Amino acid sequence: MEVDSVFYTDHSGRISSNPLLDQLPSYQSLLYRRKSSTAGTKRRSSSRGRIGSSGSGKWGVGTISRREEKQKSQTEERPIRELPRTMAEKRRDNTQRLEEDRELSSLKQLEHSTRRHLRRLRDDVHQWLGSLKLWRGDIHVIEGMFGTGILSYFSFLRFLVMLNLIIFVLMFSFVMLPIIIAPSVSGNITYNLNLGSECSAYPSSTRRGLVIFHQHITDLLSGGGFLEQTYLFYGYYRADKIHFSNSTYNLPLAYLLVTIAYLFFSLIWIVKRSAAGFKRNLVQDEDRFQSFCNKIFAGWDFCITNENAVRLKRSSLLYELRTDLEEERIKQKIADRTRKERCRIYLIRLILNLFVIGVLMGCFYSIYRATIFSQEVQMATKKDNFIMDLICEYLPSIVITLANFITPLLFSAIINYEDYSPAFEIRFTLMRCVFMRLTSIGVLLFSLWSQITKCGNEPCLCGYNHVLYPCWETRIGQEMYKLTIFDFIIIFAVTVFVEFPRKLIVQHCDCGLAKWFGQQEFAIPQNVLEIVYGQTICWIGTFYSPMLPAICTMKYFFIFYIKKVSLMNNCRPATRPFRASSSNFFFLVVLLIGLALACLPVSFSVAQINSSQACGPFVNYTTSWEVLPNTVSELPHGIKTLLFALSSEAFAVSFFVVTCLIMFYVIALAGAHKRVINQLREQLVVEGRDKRFLIQKLCQAQRLSAIKSPGSKSQPRSPSYHTSFSNNFNESVFLAHSPPDSSTHV
Amino acid sequence: MGNKQTIFTDEQLDAYQDCTFFTRKEILRLHSRYHELAPHLVPMDYTNDPDCKLPLALIVNMPELNENPFRNRIVESFSEDGMGNLSFNEFVDMFSVLSEMAPRELKAIYAFKIYDFNVDNYLCKEDLVKTLNRLTKEELTPEEVVLVCEKAIEEADLDGDNKLSYADFENMITRAPDFLSTFHIRI
Repeated sequence: MEVDSVFYTDHSGRISSNPLLDQLPSYQSLLYRRKSSTAGTKRRSSSRGRIGSSGSGKWGVGTISRREEKQKSQTEERPIRELPRTMAEKRRDNTQRLEEDRELSSLKQLEHSTRRHLRRLRDDVHQWLGSLKLWRGDIHVIEGMFGTGILSYFSFLRFLVMLNLIIFVLMFSFVMLPIIIAPSVSGNITYNLNLGSECSAYPSSTRRGLVIFHQHITDLLSGGGFLEQTYLFYGYYRADKIHFSNSTYNLPLAYLLVTIAYLFFSLIWIVKRSAAGFKRNLVQDEDRFQSFCNKIFAGWDFCITNENAVRLKRSSLLYELRTDLEEERIKQKIADRTRKERCRIYLIRLILNLFVIGVLMGCFYSIYRATIFSQEVQMATKKDNFIMDLICEYLPSIVITLANFITPLLFSAIINYEDYSPAFEIRFTLMRCVFMRLTSIGVLLFSLWSQITKCGNEPCLCGYNHVLYPCWETRIGQEMYKLTIFDFIIIFAVTVFVEFPRKLIVQHCDCGLAKWFGQQEFAIPQNVLEIVYGQTICWIGTFYSPMLPAICTMKYFFIFYIKKVSLMNNCRPATRPFRASSSNFFFLVVLLIGLALACLPVSFSVAQINSSQACGPFVNYTTSWEVLPNTVSELPHGIKTLLFALSSEAFAVSFFVVTCLIMFYVIALAGAHKRVINQLREQLVVEGRDKRFLIQKLCQAQRLSAIKSPGSKSQPRSPSYHTSFSNNFNESVFLAHSPPDSSTHV
Repeated sequence: MGNKQTIFTDEQLDAYQDCTFFTRKEILRLHSRYHELAPHLVPMDYTNDPDCKLPLALIVNMPELNENPFRNRIVESFSEDGMGNLSFNEFVDMFSVLSEMAPRELKAIYAFKIYDFNVDNYLCKEDLVKTLNRLTKEELTPEEVVLVCEKAIEEADLDGDNKLSYADFENMITRAPDFLSTFHIRI
């Protein structure tokens, strides 16, 4: 058996031959990337210098040996494990490289061996870090059962747990820790001056006298009562400066800077995580480019090991393929639409969009009213019924949750009439739901703000309504706390009281209603929106309630297990599959929108609304932001002028202009690259056709010369060339010279 | 440091670590998995490189491969004789290429081999039809199958010969966003 076939020897013994193609330089370079065939053991030890034995002897030996050298050096640079060779060859290469190393100078030897050791060390560290990752085993199980689409949801959840934990560590170490350790390191805490003015009256909210048990529960669930004057809320941090033995710790400044820091840190981490997905999304220039190829060759999750999951994956793949075919059909239909039909469609879409806007306005108005009603009820001192009390406290949360439950159903019902393509339908409904979820928080905050800054008909004495809200930041913190708790309760309750009975009914009851209902689907987009909503609340609320990140960490920790149990027992994955690649990017984009939305209220309240005079670290300042200019004015002269220069308009405008220029340059560069890619692709097509044309001509010419000189016998080729151009060339075409005795022959 | 194991010599473990994407611990674990498949056939002592091959049927029954529609092709692609009999070297090689850390180019090469059912270095229509049927367990109608395969070839074929050469395949797979995340087996 001859040595150098590229792939396996063909077991059918078919002789296909076009040695011309074996000699092509492009084919030669492919040889270096292929595993060799069965005759490996017979080959000489260095497997690198292989050339096709199709007789490159007479034909440009010089070029080939040069190319061989170049390819040799290329393969030498790559680590052995990335070469596509059999294990036996790789080990042989490895020993050869080690032997060659011994012949090199000691410096080079040292370099090679350090590189090798570093690589091994890096692999070990990677493995150790990987084993430390939270929930590694659980996620592995989920991946095996449900594939990578649902896996991305759970790894997103894990990411949020880590993010919240780090935000809490930031807050704790810079805001709470100094206060806690001050007594033990003999630090002296100066508290805010109580000027005794009207604005600084802060009635205590702790309950006095005999406290009934259920009032404790009310306090726990609403953040009032005994919880109000604790580390949980903003109002407790009254320290102004902490004097240690050789330095002073400015707590208000630290509080403000930590807030900016955690928002910035979240932004950087999310952007870093989404960079990979973003690059990939840019490469896919068209929407559905290569969707068929992607589904056939990269559609099957090789990790799936569970039989049920396999069945589900198969059905989801089927569904996807059928949807794609359907979408092709619909595209055709859209292109064929007449003018009259188009007008009708646009009119319907306009009406439905107006209807959607009307529904949204209705929801927002009901949230506004519910918030105002809840605030008024909380002000009333007479609190009689425990349950009514709780309901009134939680009224905004209840209304928001109801709105967020009904509107997605409405949107998915409406979208059917708007006649978009299926892919666009999904995305558009999702965008509407995202908008609804995140804007409802904004409406809640807006209604709170309107209450806080409204003092009857005259302007407020202290900049805020000090009668009703002596410590308004704590009140906002309490609302965020309530939203978080309620969110968690709802997720838990829905899983236990809705999904579990549904599964029992579907399993045991055979009636038609149960069959129509079906088992609960694990709809990834809705679940992701849920946790993004919770995370947005956490970002907004951390400024007003420094311990909220810790609560959110624990909340997401428990949600992981709840969702996992729900997935394993109650749900089946959605028939509409969610691709892992696009889903990671989608999650992070929605999270970024949530972050952007969270920054708005925080920055507005820090910069515009007067801070409470009765509580909190910013009593001595008009607004919370003021602490920064005050500190800057106390800095040494050089740094002060630098900071003033950085914040002046001249600098801002020129910075903006430079950023715009860079952005335009990068966009132009990306456009140019895309054009080059298209040109190269066209060139590839043309080159391929040229190649086939030339080969055909050459074969024709040789056939003619063979006919003209029937005496010259061309040597039969050994059956070792297995290229599949045999379809095009039904007679063997041989070279005019015999194969040389190259050393590759054994 | 670590336990004293007598399955491999230190040089062998180093060589494995250089030639695959696994660490020493993982290689030892792989050896125990390999041994489990046929305890009476696989020796515990590999220090002198015994020549032991396990047949296709045993390997394909592993839980990681059992439900994979391409399991036979995967094992065949990594076996030297093309019939699916894997020695331990090839076993480790297979899981190394399919692990998370293998680069995209390497995976693309082996993916091409796996999908090339008739081993003619081209993904022709028959290969695609077979692939699709394995994926969907023949639940698509024949017209749909033909349509999908035609569309796939249309998308990826660059040189216009109505089948996918390795260059076409590689060009297409670098732009397939899911390839790296789906083409991996965790062991």
